Amino acid sequence: MAKEIERAGIPTVHICTIVPISRTVGANRIVPAIAIPHPLGNPTKPKKEEKLLRKALVEKALRALETKIDEQTVF
Amino acid sequence: MKVVHYLNQFFGQIGAEDKAGIEPVVKTGPVGPGVLFQELLGSEAEITATIVCGDNYFAEHIDKATEKILAMITDYHPDLVLAGPAFNAGRYGIACGAICAAVVSRLGVPAITGMFAENPGVESFRKTVYIVATRGTTAGMRDGALKMARLALKLAKGQPIGPPGEEGYLPRGLRKNYFAPETGASRAVTMLLKKLKGEPFLTEYPMPVFDRVVPLPPVERMSEVTLALITSGGIVPKGNPDRVEASSATKYGKYDISALQRLTAESHETAHGGYDPTYANEDPNRVLPLDVARDLEREGIIGRLYPYYYATVGNGTSVARAGQFAREIATELIADGVRAVIITST
Repeated sequence: MAKEIERAGIPTVHICTIVPISRTVGANRIVPAIAIPHPLGNPTKPKKEEKLLRKALVEKALRALETKIDEQTVF
Repeated sequence: MKVVHYLNQFFGQIGAEDKAGIEPVVKTGPVGPGVLFQELLGSEAEITATIVCGDNYFAEHIDKATEKILAMITDYHPDLVLAGPAFNAGRYGIACGAICAAVVSRLGVPAITGMFAENPGVESFRKTVYIVATRGTTAGMRDGALKMARLALKLAKGQPIGPPGEEGYLPRGLRKNYFAPETGASRAVTMLLKKLKGEPFLTEYPMPVFDRVVPLPPVERMSEVTLALITSGGIVPKGNPDRVEASSATKYGKYDISALQRLTAESHETAHGGYDPTYANEDPNRVLPLDVARDLEREGIIGRLYPYYYATVGNGTSVARAGQFAREIATELIADGVRAVIITST
């Protein structure tokens, strides 16, 4: 999906846990996530800390969108 | 000859998604599909051990898990290693491919696995490992196991392996020289004539398909653009109003979030059948990060969050179908002036 949306003309970042799958399907900007059942969270952390973790990941994804790349890149 | 078999937690009879986090364990003798393999391999080979590892554990610690499993395999001094078949299960396919690749390159022992052609493990490992083509679901177990067992015995005995179509494995991108009775020119003309008549013909050199998209230039002023969220993690409004399927999804949903500051256990849930839903159902922001996206919008870091998000279930969903969903979604997003997209996947 990331590849097709990028092909259509919108810069897209893929936050995902299994980076090799994202590479295979052709996402250009890839941000590794935390874990499969909770890519943007960590239930072992207190709620507040968990949200900070999530925010850091989304901010990293935004930076990825703002970065010039020439090939598939894992941030 | 001694054989070691690799399975995930499901086929290894440990449990479903709730056990997908388990570390590798060794069981003696054949387990689950191993019983069928033992029958097909016959008296020449004995499955002495089965190694079982959770799909999530493997996918989240690929290097560490490979090392652990390789050490377990080494202890049994096998003459042959079998993995799967993984059918269309992505995490399992990556695991089977990575283990077989490590066994072949580091132990020098033949290893073979089986997958559906669209499994992401195929693209990553088909050049280094024999991957038998199976159907997408376990309905193809017997047929897949039969082809795997036949090829495995040949490999283990050092017998010559025929071309992919004949042996039933997915093309590895290797070319083998042979003496043809006719020259290239006459073979090419024969092929061209068949093509003109609309008859079937087999190319001698299939063109590789590199479907890559050139990365777009970066987003310049994030503080001025509209950003949209999409997930393949199956986050839907509670009750799953569009009945997005738990696996092999045939549709996606578009959901209004204009009045929401965050997702809650009361408002949303996951429809995804391929991972343990406990954490996503407890706090759906763990998959679709609406709460922090709203914070970033308020802080002026994102210009505006698109008032809808899109969701599907990326669990055995075909690549072709997912591509179609994305093209439809992109058309709407472009019409509405969206200039940046975050996709989250489990």
